[in-house]
Amino acid sequence: MATTYEPIATTTLGSAAADITFSSISGTYTDLRLIFEGMAVSAGQDIYCQVNGDTGSNYSHTRLTGNGTAASSSRGSSLAFMRFSDGGSPQTTNTSVTKVDFMGYSNTTTYKTVINRADNSNRGTDAVVNLWRSTAAITSIKFYISSGNIASGATATLYGIKSA
Amino acid sequence: MSPILGARGGLAASAYGFTSGAAAVGNYESIQTVTVGSGGAANITFSSIAATYSHLQVRCMYNTITNADNIGMTLNGSTTPSRVHYLYGDGATATAGSTTSNLFTIQAGANATIMYGMVIDLLDYSNTNKYKTLRSLGGGDFNGSGVTWLSSALYATTSAISSFTLQGSGGQLFTQYSSFALYGIK
Repeated sequence: MATTYEPIATTTLGSAAADITFSSISGTYTDLRLIFEGMAVSAGQDIYCQVNGDTGSNYSHTRLTGNGTAASSSRGSSLAFMRFSDGGSPQTTNTSVTKVDFMGYSNTTTYKTVINRADNSNRGTDAVVNLWRSTAAITSIKFYISSGNIASGATATLYGIKSA
Repeated sequence: MSPILGARGGLAASAYGFTSGAAAVGNYESIQTVTVGSGGAANITFSSIAATYSHLQVRCMYNTITNADNIGMTLNGSTTPSRVHYLYGDGATATAGSTTSNLFTIQAGANATIMYGMVIDLLDYSNTNKYKTLRSLGGGDFNGSGVTWLSSALYATTSAISSFTLQGSGGQLFTQYSSFALYGIK
């Protein structure tokens, strides 16, 4: 059996930064998985993402959130970004752990579906599905927060998963 | 392995590593992949699964041809779940429930261009001393509608899982390009 789960790149922030970007992603895998662990410089930020430098209104999502008291669901349509978190967003003193799966990221037949979990033990938990309305292969991923910087010490790792 | 990728924002040098949720390299193996051809497929079956792993994972990208349909899973040819618990959101309301029917996902629409994504874990699948527990995370968004879900399923069998079948519980066909990849985790 082939080994099929490979780390592509890891970034650990030595100082606060506006984003973490992975580029020149090869199309040799079936899926991509991105795992983020980190905090935000300012409070109340959500985790966003753009792919292939696309800043158009080509993204949408459906969220499921639990905040310790109640479960809720909401959505965003025709947005300029993917959204990965609500209750699971990073805080200034509590980390968010976010696991994102880019399904069939390199196929050029279908739009891209991205599913993720985001968790913050002090705030809440999310399950989210995002759609990027493009049949282009994903070759770059910009991971950022809704306002301000990602805090120093945050880590993001991109993995490639290859099927038989 | 692909080249190391660039990072922006005055970042420190990159290094390989693992965090929670990641499988160790070498312990995650591709077993088989099924991609649906033209005309669609009524079901997807993986059989003759070796018992050499600790867990199985199925990574799915799929839709149905004509109408929305929920997806069920049957183990070893005939075993359906004795209980499924689910939590899903449709963009307006979060709903939790349970069922004894062969329901594993919540599907919201059929579309040839937009696929649902789902990851199913079959935990301790070859253990013959306990019932089998499966879980899934999935969803599909259609820019104005969609659903995301979490579910778990109990199968009241102590038999090792050597085969399983995914199918639309209402008989819908999986659309062309739907893909189901089975992995073993040691």
